[in-house]
Amino acid sequence: MTWDEMVPLLRQGTLETLQMTVWSTLFTALGGILLGVLLVLTDRGGLLPAPPVNQVLGVIVNIGRSLPFVILMMAIIPFTRALVGTSIGTQAAIVPLTLSAIPFYARLVETALREVDPGVVAAAQAMGASRVQIVGKVLLREARPGLVAGLTVTVVALISYSAMAGAIGGGGLGDLAIRYGYQRFETGMMLAILVLLIALVQLVQSLGDLAVRRLTHK
Amino acid sequence: MIQIEKLRKVYRARGREVTAVDGVDLTVREGEVFGVLGRSGAGKSTLLRCVNLLERPDEGRVRVDGRDLLELSGGELRRARQRIGMIHQHFGLLSSRTVAGNVAFPLEVMGVPRAERAARVAELLELVGLTEHADAYPAQISGGQKQRVGIARALAGRPKVLLSDEATSALDPETTASILELLRDLNRRLGLTILLITHEMDVVKRICDSAAVMRQGRVVESGPVRELLLRPGSELARGLFPLPEPVLRGDTTVVDVTFEGESADRPFVSTLARTYSIDVNILGGAVEDIGGTRIGRLRIELPGPPDVNAAQLAHLREAGLTVEVHGVAGDAAGAGDTATEEEAPVS
Ligand SMILES: Nc1ncnc2c1ncn2[C@@H]1O[C@H](COP(=O)(O)OP(=O)(O)OP(=O)(O)O)[C@@H](O)[C@H]1O
Ligand SMILES: [Mg+2]
Repeated sequence: MTWDEMVPLLRQGTLETLQMTVWSTLFTALGGILLGVLLVLTDRGGLLPAPPVNQVLGVIVNIGRSLPFVILMMAIIPFTRALVGTSIGTQAAIVPLTLSAIPFYARLVETALREVDPGVVAAAQAMGASRVQIVGKVLLREARPGLVAGLTVTVVALISYSAMAGAIGGGGLGDLAIRYGYQRFETGMMLAILVLLIALVQLVQSLGDLAVRRLTHK
Repeated sequence: MIQIEKLRKVYRARGREVTAVDGVDLTVREGEVFGVLGRSGAGKSTLLRCVNLLERPDEGRVRVDGRDLLELSGGELRRARQRIGMIHQHFGLLSSRTVAGNVAFPLEVMGVPRAERAARVAELLELVGLTEHADAYPAQISGGQKQRVGIARALAGRPKVLLSDEATSALDPETTASILELLRDLNRRLGLTILLITHEMDVVKRICDSAAVMRQGRVVESGPVRELLLRPGSELARGLFPLPEPVLRGDTTVVDVTFEGESADRPFVSTLARTYSIDVNILGGAVEDIGGTRIGRLRIELPGPPDVNAAQLAHLREAGLTVEVHGVAGDAAGAGDTATEEEAPVS
């Protein structure tokens, strides 16, 4: 395979991987933060204590986290099809990617929120802040470095999951790696894909670290 | 300004019950600085947290500026809290916001428009002397400066009442003094009523008009500081004038004499010695400046047991001194404990 043959394929694959990663990151951030906030709020000593709700959420998160991605992806094919109309392709891959990353990120969000100084929360309460204000202006804001660090870890995981998604028709660099590198023994292609994935992960990690440093005022 | 009635708070954790506040009655008058003292675990913080209902009492009533807080709805309580400032031992500042941002926080909570907010923040920072540090983050300023931010923030809603839980306990003595000075100044200039919790005698001595001592969830004594110091058997006085347990020999009378203002200037010891031709032994003592008056306590020893010293003790009382006679050695009161003669409060 010549370089000229490889470039368009690699470009396409990278775009698809980025597409899957970006969209699933977006949905994961929203879902994970929501779920993480709920886990903290409904906890026994939380701002909105509801132990039964907390336990149910905890179980759901744990189930989500214990399912291997490939199995989850296959298991929810009917759901994916109902949601996006197809079970193959980049768009379809976003569904299982998001679903598997949300519980993972939710736990990281929960941890980050728990690290917020309870004294600051009490001070906000004493100032007459409402729960919504405390969540928005205190918990999420104070936990920003932790939230971003957690999201960075999640994005890296999403990139590697997206490669797996490629294995069953998800497209992207993972798909290329299987079709050319694995099935046709195109070593050059395989190497190029590896380099691209490593670069992508490095880039994400560096950006994440930079953002965390910027947000930390300790 | 603050009325606490029959307040009780019980913590229940894993079947174990801790009565943190056990039937406390307390009144803080408008414009005064009221200190609550007590050992660790006495229930001071719990009591304070019941005043703005960070902690819901199990029984009793809490009134602040005439309003019964327990009757308020969620929204009303939040608005009431905006008018009750609170400062904390560990400051409770948002690490992600600058000094100015921290002071702006309560204004945002109150829904003050942005333009007004900036002006008010500047005004508050000026008040606590932090204008230069407006753009610093809490991690970049000292503990004393952090507490100033805490104070500026607490004053944002123009409160009539300020609650302070060990606001100076994390600070060194010099910084403590400057923060107490600031609180005293705010109390005078703004007429701010301050209810503060402390375990430091020095805080009471420096800024409190009145004080209460708590032990095991109960208030064991309370009143104006001056009166408490003159009250025989007062724990506050014992804390402020630390004298060792007296060695009682039975053939002498050990007396603690508390004096204030004018009577402090008269040489009562030598007068006593001369009048009765006795040797008066001075065992110890201290003089403190409390709210502008000098109050002192002197421990003296007179020859002969208390019953032969009746005239001498009467003489001291007539001189306007507060007299506290220690029990005799071998007394049923037992070692370590100091039995005290019944005494009418000083008028
Ligand atoms: N959230 C809580 N849950 C259970 N018990 C508590 C809680 N808060 C306080 N207590 C208990 O209530 C009692 C009074 O505590 P509190 O914090 O009011 O004391 P304090 O006088 O402020 O002590 P310190 O000087 O150490 O701050 C203590 O026995 C404490 O263990
Ligand atoms: Mg305390």
